[in-house]
Amino acid sequence: MRLRSLSMLKPLAAAALITAAGPAAAQDAAALRQNALAATCANCHGTQGRAIDGAAVPGLAGMPAGYMVEQLKAFKAGTRPATVMHQLAKGYSDAQIDQIAAYYAAQKK
Amino acid sequence: MMQRRHLLQGAGSLGLLSLAGCASDSLPTSAAGGAVPAKARVLVVGGGYGGATAAKYVRLFSGQKIDVTLIEPNDAFVSCPISNLVLGGSKTLADITTPYASLTKNHGVRVIKDMVASIDPVKKVAVLASGPTIAYDKLILSPGIDLMWDSITGLRAAQGEGRILQAWKAGPETVALRRQLEAMADGGVYAITIPEAPYRCPPGPYERACQVASYFKAAKPRSKVLILDANPDVTSKGPLFKKVWAEQYQGIVEYRSQHKATAVDAKTNSVKFEIQDDVKADVLNVLPTMRAGAIAVQTGLANANARWCNVNYLSFESTAAKDIHVLGDSIQIAPGMPKSGHMANSHAKVAAAAIVAELAGWEVNPAPMLTNTCYSFIDARSVIHVASVHEYVAAEKTFKAVAGSGGVSAGPTELEGGYAWNWARTIWADTLG
Repeated sequence: MRLRSLSMLKPLAAAALITAAGPAAAQDAAALRQNALAATCANCHGTQGRAIDGAAVPGLAGMPAGYMVEQLKAFKAGTRPATVMHQLAKGYSDAQIDQIAAYYAAQKK
Repeated sequence: MMQRRHLLQGAGSLGLLSLAGCASDSLPTSAAGGAVPAKARVLVVGGGYGGATAAKYVRLFSGQKIDVTLIEPNDAFVSCPISNLVLGGSKTLADITTPYASLTKNHGVRVIKDMVASIDPVKKVAVLASGPTIAYDKLILSPGIDLMWDSITGLRAAQGEGRILQAWKAGPETVALRRQLEAMADGGVYAITIPEAPYRCPPGPYERACQVASYFKAAKPRSKVLILDANPDVTSKGPLFKKVWAEQYQGIVEYRSQHKATAVDAKTNSVKFEIQDDVKADVLNVLPTMRAGAIAVQTGLANANARWCNVNYLSFESTAAKDIHVLGDSIQIAPGMPKSGHMANSHAKVAAAAIVAELAGWEVNPAPMLTNTCYSFIDARSVIHVASVHEYVAAEKTFKAVAGSGGVSAGPTELEGGYAWNWARTIWADTLG
């Protein structure tokens, strides 16, 4: 099924979203899912990958996708040691890792 | 005032805007001027890890196009995670408090300091304690837990007198319990009773025992910490905690399982148990059975054992009421899913995405993911963790831990202490910043 764009929203009883979405908005269902998947990293790495001041873990915004995929796969394989990332990385499929990396590569630092 | 009440009760799409001036001065002028087209309205009840995150992420995921109002009675957010360090003495209440202002300033969430008195799921309106009625298209309910006072005879009165405290919702009571510990003479006994699982924050009572023991070891070395657990064994990070008690807190911490508290006596500061002998202590910290927050129970959403709220895990929509999404500690948990702040923050993102999808007319994500990372401080610096990743399993309509993922620390380290504090500051920013 082709994803409907925001301009083809179902009319809602009370209201509807506005057609022109802002810069952070999900433009379609696939982008929304990608945003939500990437948001599972934000609890520790910062909203939209922007780390807090003086963070002890890296910010993910703007990280090159190839590098991030490599690191997550190394955590998953156990070849990069960690306190917790080796346990968390094993929870994601390679396809999910690709989506997460693509999302953060596209975020402004 | 009449005009405002009229507008609110009219439940028109602009009805909420008249309230905005009370809580926010940073709304876009076009919105305040009423020039924008009708918008979808999301009402969030409860500004903790679940509700505040949901309010923020509905705004983010919709490109600020969905109208979000948050109802929260407290002036600022006080974190339960890290609050045990206030009891240990290495953090203050100020260290774990975050204002709500950024939700408004950075994301345009209207924050109204109030309580919700009632919800009508048919008319889709909530009535605030101060009187106004607010209409919603989607309601997000994240009221945390309610302590079931009647599960332990005499506890409500003992709590009311300030004698036997819980401090299971971080705030002034956390400081009051710390004062009881400070006032206790060296050689005294602090006892904590733990209810049967599920309860808020599985490792919380054991971390608290470590924090009190850490304080006693430094300041009152002849004192004891007694853990009286209704469960058959330590419910989280068991081997790690037991090792810490046996080594770092040898002679200070004693753990007793199968101790289900049934009554307290504030005059003698003692606890009665279902089977075991009474226990007397100088500082008693008695945690009763817990259930979903009162507003969820009152609205008829606590349809699991009359304690917790069953939800459709794809969207966290209540199975009892359409367009009400329940998050955080109030829900009936999936297997292996803890009632934690991190988990509530994770619920909120799945629910926010589902709500944006539903309001946009898109299919809700059929494969959402959740994470949980829970750090426990065993003293002021060293930490152990448990972590997990959860995937939605369509065939069973529930979340399950991804096979082979997750785990615990090998042992306490100061390295993880640094990460734990970083986790706290980051999740506060992710929830409220």
